[in-house]
Amino acid sequence: MKRTTWVTVFVMLALAILPPVFLWTGNAFYVDLATRLVILAIAAVSLNLILGFGGMVSFGHAAYIGIGAYAVGIPVYYETYGGIDALASYGGAFHILLAVGVSALFALLTGVICLRTKGVYFIMITMAFGQMIYYLFISMEEFGGDDGLVIDIRSELPLVSLDNPLQLYAIAYIALVIAMLMVRTIVNSRFGMVLQGARGNDERLVTLGYNTYLYRLTAYVISGAMCGFAGALLGNFTTFISPDMMGWSRSGELMFMVILGGSATTLGPVLGSAVFILMEEVLSSITIYWHLPFGLMLMGIVLFVRGGLMGLIKGKGDK
Amino acid sequence: MSALLNISNLCKSFGGVTATDNVSLAVEPGELHAIIGPNGAGKTTLISQLSGALSPDSGSIIFKGTDITNRPAHARARLGITRSFQITSLVMDMSVLDNVALAVQARQGHSFRFLRPARSIRPLRDEALEMLDRVGLKARADDPTAALSHGEHRQMEIAIALASGADLMLLDEPMAGLGPQESTAMIEILKALKGERTILLIEHDMDAVFALADRITVLVYGRIIATGAPDEIRGNNDVRHAYLGEE
Repeated sequence: MKRTTWVTVFVMLALAILPPVFLWTGNAFYVDLATRLVILAIAAVSLNLILGFGGMVSFGHAAYIGIGAYAVGIPVYYETYGGIDALASYGGAFHILLAVGVSALFALLTGVICLRTKGVYFIMITMAFGQMIYYLFISMEEFGGDDGLVIDIRSELPLVSLDNPLQLYAIAYIALVIAMLMVRTIVNSRFGMVLQGARGNDERLVTLGYNTYLYRLTAYVISGAMCGFAGALLGNFTTFISPDMMGWSRSGELMFMVILGGSATTLGPVLGSAVFILMEEVLSSITIYWHLPFGLMLMGIVLFVRGGLMGLIKGKGDK
Repeated sequence: MSALLNISNLCKSFGGVTATDNVSLAVEPGELHAIIGPNGAGKTTLISQLSGALSPDSGSIIFKGTDITNRPAHARARLGITRSFQITSLVMDMSVLDNVALAVQARQGHSFRFLRPARSIRPLRDEALEMLDRVGLKARADDPTAALSHGEHRQMEIAIALASGADLMLLDEPMAGLGPQESTAMIEILKALKGERTILLIEHDMDAVFALADRITVLVYGRIIATGAPDEIRGNNDVRHAYLGEE
């Protein structure tokens, strides 16, 4: 087996084993940390599909996290306090369906426009759409505006209770594994070959007869829907949601996780989120000026390590 | 007469420059038709209009009886027109085999298939390997494209054009930048394709053109000044004027 495969197995096993151990040894805080890490990793994995494999540098991906979180918050709010009955529900299936559905729809509507542009223009327009959603939620006073909204009751699912930290973690972990396998399957399929080919040389693929726009758009929608699911999980985890979750700086963090870990790799985004979250935690406990060393460290990795942390692991000899 | 490609009264200008000036041309099925002309004669512009990368100002392009003048590039490719580029255009960060397999895949219809790993689909792989074999690159199938030489990239372009199953191959200077040995190899590869595919060839290398072409069209300042068999072109006075500047 290749070294990257070993590392992938090791990291995923660690993520499976450590949180229960933390809980049993009375370190519940670390379970929370791991849950946040895993949920953000799902978002990063979804972003990696378009950023890493599709070459679409989206600077508005946090919008889907927000949409997913509010897809839990708003139905719970209506169910608790009354309002639009059609949207009122505590049901997890409804929340997830809403999160994934609305995210996919938003990705489709914005993707149709964004994907007509390339390069810096694409980055700017995806950011603009992200900010649009950000300000939309700020303007919605009913759901707390920029003060945010407390989710009183978590999504109700059969068999499991999301109020139990370990069960919530298990769900998030399984979702992450499924997300990783999904992206891996997609990028290795015929569809994925076209997507990656278009990243490398769009003109070539068009000349071969591929309508690359449609392939990109499809990937864009899949990625948005997956990230919306991560948002629904995040809403259930924090039980407090606010437009702050979807600002452009959050999108930047997601981008960073992907690039830090190694874009266009299976484990990269997960590794990136892990390092990002852990460093943030460690550095901020040492100094209140933690942003400075953190920023310098991230810059160092981007500048000097080709292919992110996965590039480092892969080494030179291994293909 | 049922030509494979019928171009009539094609015009294209960029600002004040007329790059294609009332060009009419018929390409017969199976022939290797070369387009020659001095630099700036509008050869690449013409090819771009045929492939769909540029749209003409007026005139029409009929391919297999279908008017494709306003069809987008990917639709023309699906009808059976493929193009190789004057400047190598390959997916550099993919393997040689992947590049060719993408062309085979394109021919087999849409690729909205998400489950099976494309690299493990035998027929796809085997056919791509066969095309690489025809251009002498089978041994390099698994190498990253970026690692190949310029001459090998040129050969890859031919393999891709072959794999795409196109009836009409538009080859834009396949010999450009090749050394003498590589040129000879390329001529042999193209010779082996003659009769099997219809080829529209743009080329500066006159040895190659006269060795390969069934018919030659001479383009000067966007206008056709002569069309005919190689011998006719060799003896044509207008062509001599254009190339040698004789008064």
